[in-house]
Amino acid sequence: MSDNNTKKINVSPSALYGWLGDRIFAVSVFVLGFIVIFTTLAMAISLYYEGSEAITRFGFWGFLTGEKWDPAITMEFGAWPFIVGTVSTSLGALALSFIPAIAIAVFTAEYAPHWLSHIIENLVNLIAAVPSVVIGIWGVFVFTPWIRDTVEIPVYIWSLENAPGLTPILGNPIGYGMMTATIILTIMIIPFTTALTVDAFRMVPKEQREAASALGATKWEVIRMAVIPYSRGGILAGTMLSLGRAIGETMAVAMLIGNKNTLPFTLFGPGSTMASVIVNEFREAVENIHLTSLMAVGFYLFLISLIVNLAAAYIQRKYAVTGGRAV
Amino acid sequence: MDNVIENKLRLETIGLSVFYGENPGVKDVSLKIYDKKVTALIGPSGCGKTTFLRALNRMHDLTRGAKVTGKALIDGQDIYDPKLDPVIIRRKIGMVFQKPTPFPTMSIYDNVVAGLKLVGFRDRKLLDEVCERSLRQSALWDEVKDRLKTPGGSLSGGQQQRLSIARALAVEPEVLLMDEPTSSLDPQSTNRIEELIGELKDQVTIIIVTHNMQQASRVSDYTAFFYIGSLIEYNKTTKIFTSPDQKRTEEYITGQFG
Repeated sequence: MSDNNTKKINVSPSALYGWLGDRIFAVSVFVLGFIVIFTTLAMAISLYYEGSEAITRFGFWGFLTGEKWDPAITMEFGAWPFIVGTVSTSLGALALSFIPAIAIAVFTAEYAPHWLSHIIENLVNLIAAVPSVVIGIWGVFVFTPWIRDTVEIPVYIWSLENAPGLTPILGNPIGYGMMTATIILTIMIIPFTTALTVDAFRMVPKEQREAASALGATKWEVIRMAVIPYSRGGILAGTMLSLGRAIGETMAVAMLIGNKNTLPFTLFGPGSTMASVIVNEFREAVENIHLTSLMAVGFYLFLISLIVNLAAAYIQRKYAVTGGRAV
Repeated sequence: MDNVIENKLRLETIGLSVFYGENPGVKDVSLKIYDKKVTALIGPSGCGKTTFLRALNRMHDLTRGAKVTGKALIDGQDIYDPKLDPVIIRRKIGMVFQKPTPFPTMSIYDNVVAGLKLVGFRDRKLLDEVCERSLRQSALWDEVKDRLKTPGGSLSGGQQQRLSIARALAVEPEVLLMDEPTSSLDPQSTNRIEELIGELKDQVTIIIVTHNMQQASRVSDYTAFFYIGSLIEYNKTTKIFTSPDQKRTEEYITGQFG
């Protein structure tokens, strides 16, 4: 082989990346990505703009902390009752769902035989996919009467006789109320937390499990020592995303929470959330200030959801374990 | 193999086979492992040496569809006795893996004493002592003694592997299985670990899988050559590397295939 036969191939880097196909592809993904950012920003801005009349009239904090919501006579509006309703139902649902969701995930991913875990996973995904109005109507006709007759009324009667101090906290045992809504929310978010936790468990490297086993760890010890610590980022992020879903859940809550717009809310008695007041009142909001107040509630709900999602992303990054390193 | 008999027997397999589904990964291997010696398992990739090693502490129990037949004995006790909890076996027979496997969220200290905490040791003073002793044994103490509380995942690859070894040693295993412990490490860390194996063999029986023949000849007393799932030849390392009985062994040692 002489040098005459070898031909040097010169390709300039710009030529590699300058081809038309690459350019078109790069521009289109850039545009599509930008549309997402633009839509989100535009939504926030327009919500604020549409709600600005209420926000200026009652003040940013004034509207947020105002306890009065009177679309009939005084036309005074404050979002505080709905914020209380949203925060207490969703945090309550989060607290109630966390342990069962993790337990189901541990069973599904670690203990159940292959065929059973397959079935559970599909069922969990199915429950997560049921439209919330369907869960709502089930709640109205099945769950609400059941919980009223088997839990609320007996407990209420018991407290009348034994602990009268409790009755104002319990509230009227009518079935439709804060507790019912919270339990339904719990049922709705368990599948989310479970599914995300199962995924997080499945991402734990085989080496980590084997390392724990090789130390003489029992099955539960392997889970405690290797599986759960390694997947903590995924578990926490899944929990936060479930919280986001609970905060935004509208239809089932509106159907079951009883829709009372004034504080104080009681355990059994009716209440409302930011999402439920919007869906219940936007059709009847004829006065401008009423409509803009609903828009403003929507704006605050948007903000809260945004914060929860950002927090989820932050937590996941902070606690994620990547490549054997805890960051 | 007459000269093999002179040492004390620790671990023995008789006709051991490992199946993944229908196919045997290890076929009918009978091997005697001697106390406080280093035994190297060598052979080309996929020849079953790791599969054989993992059969010795019942790691195959964790793999769906894996089945072990034949006998494996430690001090005459059947490792695969159905009444015997594999957890007990794994406390006697420690293991170090190919990739370093510190628990990334635990501190260096907690990593080392993890195995002791499993069996219920809570005495701080004892744990401190064991932690220092194990880290000294694995030649990591001087590098980490001032930061025992930092996460195990923050160490370099070579340090992580020595941490894994310290963790395995902390429970004072009788036998230590090492599955290509240096294959993901740089030459310097490899040196440290090979020195370490030399220092440890007074205390534990070591079985090491390696694809590096120089390593086998440097660190081991006995060498077993595996090929396509079968044990081809087993003898003192010096014999295997100077005048093997089998033609295949010689071909592999001299680099004619592999």
